[in-house]
Amino acid sequence: MIGHIASRLGQALLASFGVLTIVFFIMRLSGDPTLLLVPEGASLEQINQLRHQLGFDRPLPIQFAAYLGDLARLDFGESLVQRAPVLGIVAERIPYTVALASGALLVAIGIGIPAGIVMAVARGTWLERALAGFVLAGQSLPTFWSGILLILLFGVTLGWLPTSGADGIASLIMPSLALGAVGMSTFARMTRIAVLDELSRDYVTAARARGLSRGQAVVGHVLRNAAVPVVTIAALEIGNLLAGAVIVETVFAWPGIGQLAIQSIQSRDFLVVQTVVLFVSLVYVATNLLADLLYALIDPRIRMGA
Amino acid sequence: MTPVLAIENLSLSIAGVPVVDGINLGVDAGEVMALVGESGCGKSITSAAVMRLLPGAVSQTAGDIRLAGESLSRLSERQMQAMRGRRLSMIFQEPQAALDPLSTIGTQIAESLRQSARAARPAVLHMLDEVGIADPARRIDQYPFELSGGMCQRVVIAAALIARPELLLADEPTTALDVTIQAQILDLLRTLARERGTAVLLITHDVGVVADIADRVAVMYAGRIAEAGPVHSIFAQPRHPYTQLLLASVPRLSDVPKSPLAVIPGRVPTPLEFGPGCRFASRCPRADAQCVAQTPPLRPLGDSDVACWHAA
Ligand SMILES: Nc1ncnc2c1ncn2[C@@H]1O[C@H](COP(=O)(O)OP(=O)(O)OP(=O)(O)O)[C@@H](O)[C@H]1O
Ligand code: SF4
Ligand SMILES: [Mg+2]
Repeated sequence: MIGHIASRLGQALLASFGVLTIVFFIMRLSGDPTLLLVPEGASLEQINQLRHQLGFDRPLPIQFAAYLGDLARLDFGESLVQRAPVLGIVAERIPYTVALASGALLVAIGIGIPAGIVMAVARGTWLERALAGFVLAGQSLPTFWSGILLILLFGVTLGWLPTSGADGIASLIMPSLALGAVGMSTFARMTRIAVLDELSRDYVTAARARGLSRGQAVVGHVLRNAAVPVVTIAALEIGNLLAGAVIVETVFAWPGIGQLAIQSIQSRDFLVVQTVVLFVSLVYVATNLLADLLYALIDPRIRMGA
Repeated sequence: MTPVLAIENLSLSIAGVPVVDGINLGVDAGEVMALVGESGCGKSITSAAVMRLLPGAVSQTAGDIRLAGESLSRLSERQMQAMRGRRLSMIFQEPQAALDPLSTIGTQIAESLRQSARAARPAVLHMLDEVGIADPARRIDQYPFELSGGMCQRVVIAAALIARPELLLADEPTTALDVTIQAQILDLLRTLARERGTAVLLITHDVGVVADIADRVAVMYAGRIAEAGPVHSIFAQPRHPYTQLLLASVPRLSDVPKSPLAVIPGRVPTPLEFGPGCRFASRCPRADAQCVAQTPPLRPLGDSDVACWHAA
């Protein structure tokens, strides 16, 4: 088990490094931020001087090596645009994205999993069909579109919720719904399939033959077995959620790291973008490790290394 | 004496097509009744009908099932649920698949008693010992994957018998096991059923198993009973042509044949091909016009009941 986790951790760190490398070079393909930093009407000489000063005239591999050297000392550098330490800039945005992602995950899991269970258990009834329609809607509306619809309905027409910004719990509701909608559908569909799959197994018939009701068999045996694939989805969904956060934070002017990433890409604020990417991949690594631990908790065959 | 299980005129259909057609069957206390017949003739759905756990596609269209005289078909689902595990129970072909891989065996056996695993622990330990599991105190907290197939079948038997049901349905309980283990499991079933006076309906397509442990046997063909009676009479003097061919195709009883019917020419008709007459007519050496036109009723002949116009 510990060996397994260590190897997963190694793989994950390697993957993070790969992502960071790709981002580093791709961003630099389109040039550097020097032009955005010099005052208007600066001479070519002045521009070249600043470029040299900032180190952007060095060959890319040298720049990359220097960057990795800094990272190794946990020095995330300073933002050229904001003239402030990158770590502070990113750290200040993290709580917003964590709040948004938690809200969205609550929507996705809190609605998606029960909906999936009910759809499986109530298979073939009107209840399943009603929920299936609901799930399909959540899945087929693009996030930016559902976000705008929510703003129009609850923000503009009804005036119940703030249309944008981060001002307390109320302003978190719509972005969470918009971001959680797609995940909710994914959870509902996957949970439904997992539960249906388990319901068809012999051990369910056997449990019923011992005198358990269908509901008791579901609660006592089926859900735990169905949890394994659902945990896998949950781990993957965190990644999708962070990707979706970029859109939702833009639509709702939510000051999280998604919005920060977009702003920093536009201003070629390389170090900020790289730090955001690093943070996101570390979250991804942590989630997958958590999923591994959950598997072991759920399934004795994994726990005991069978 | 009222039989423990009485299946009366039971008919089952799938999408309107009759697959089991008016079968009658009785099992007495302490008796092992074997139900034999080849794949697809309706053995498993008959036992599922007794448990009232029919797969969604299958429905009961006629007949009644009585447990010690009481009609099960008329019970509410809640009443039926109260019966399952306590008054009638079931064991399965694939013991590993019949156990939840994520629950300990102790927890699962305790469910038959409607008690928490903790409250049932002494009774479960005792039952594990009775089904021949060594070191029950260690085994009770283990998961199915830690046990062999034979041990899992013992666990399934323990779960089925711990509440002392009057009736045990065993659907091919040894088919998935090694040959040496098969004999042990059959022995265990036989012994426990005798000691406790449990009526056993043993489903198999293995004539060797019938000879080993059954008291009576019902031979099923294409959804109907062809012949039923005491094992010794039927083995000594099979009267239905199908039974005769079935037994003749088994060279020695100890050989444990896998598909005895392979040597009878032709194949079983599917439910869609069922005609008005005897369903064995397409393969029967003695078939004539009457056989094709009219269904032979099950009638007493010697010690047995036989459904054949020409049996004597
Ligand atoms: N869940 C199900 N859904 C639809 N049809 C089924 C189902 N289970 C069984 N059947 C059909 O019912 C008929 C009888 O099947 P059954 O399983 O009772 O046969 P069996 O005698 O037990 O055969 P075997 O020896 O292979 O176990 C077959 O035609 C089969 O295809
Ligand atoms: S009734 Fe006719 S066809 Fe059927 S088994 Fe008897 S002899 Fe054969
Ligand atoms: Mg069967």
